[in-house]
Amino acid sequence: MQLVGAIITLIGSIFLFLGALGVFRMPDVFNRIQAGTKATTLGTMLFLIGITIGHTDVVPTLKIIILILFILFTNPLSSHALARAAHYIKTPLAEETVRDDLAKDEDRKEP
Amino acid sequence: MELVILVVISLVMIAAAIMAIYSKNLISAIISAGVVSLLASIIYLLLAAPDVAMTEAAIGSGLTTVVFLYALNKMRKSGKDG
Amino acid sequence: MTDIIYAIATYIALAAMVLAFLRFILGPKAVDRVVALDSLTIISLSLIVCIACMSGRTIYIDIALVYGLISFVGIVAIARYLERGV
Repeated sequence: MQLVGAIITLIGSIFLFLGALGVFRMPDVFNRIQAGTKATTLGTMLFLIGITIGHTDVVPTLKIIILILFILFTNPLSSHALARAAHYIKTPLAEETVRDDLAKDEDRKEP
Repeated sequence: MELVILVVISLVMIAAAIMAIYSKNLISAIISAGVVSLLASIIYLLLAAPDVAMTEAAIGSGLTTVVFLYALNKMRKSGKDG
Repeated sequence: MTDIIYAIATYIALAAMVLAFLRFILGPKAVDRVVALDSLTIISLSLIVCIACMSGRTIYIDIALVYGLISFVGIVAIARYLERGV
């Protein structure tokens, strides 16, 4: 059982590393938000679940469940607020961007 | 292992503090000060002081950032200095 | 055996923290820095739980809870400031 917990923790840390790599290398603010939110949320959840499975005698399970639920609810919310603010102040998009529907809708709402 | 965590977090924290001083953009300087407080709370935790760590995370990162942003908003609205 | 795997996981999380901090330094605009701060906070939250498991004291997990709450409030405040002012 401890080995299963350790392997889940390792998988979670690899997801955390890939999310941070995406934050470092993506060309655009919105790509960075997407990489830095989804991958790190999954990575943190796997990390916490792995530690809880491996150390059931030390770590209280209920607090970890509350923490996981909290992260699952708040992390997409904050990144959504951030993406909305970034689009509102007209942050430049990457060169490879094909379409931007929100800008079209906001232009239509203006007059 | 705790020594490695301590050294890495201390180096990152010193870099954030230097950036908070030399940054030209005021919002970036405020966010850098918040990062310094967040990392300082982990160092307090490694030195086995959980109550100090909780206070530092609540006041240093949350309250100070919001108060600084409020003050910056007031200054920008009155048009004195940006 | 399992201790070595936990140590490797902690080192990988530390490397991720350094990568996110490099984006925090390089980021051309303030929005990039806030994104880097978001992922930096999440990574350090998992590091706090790992420290709590290593030292065997369960009160450290409460600090992780407070940490997540405070970071959420701070990031929403910064986003609202960037949009139209607090």
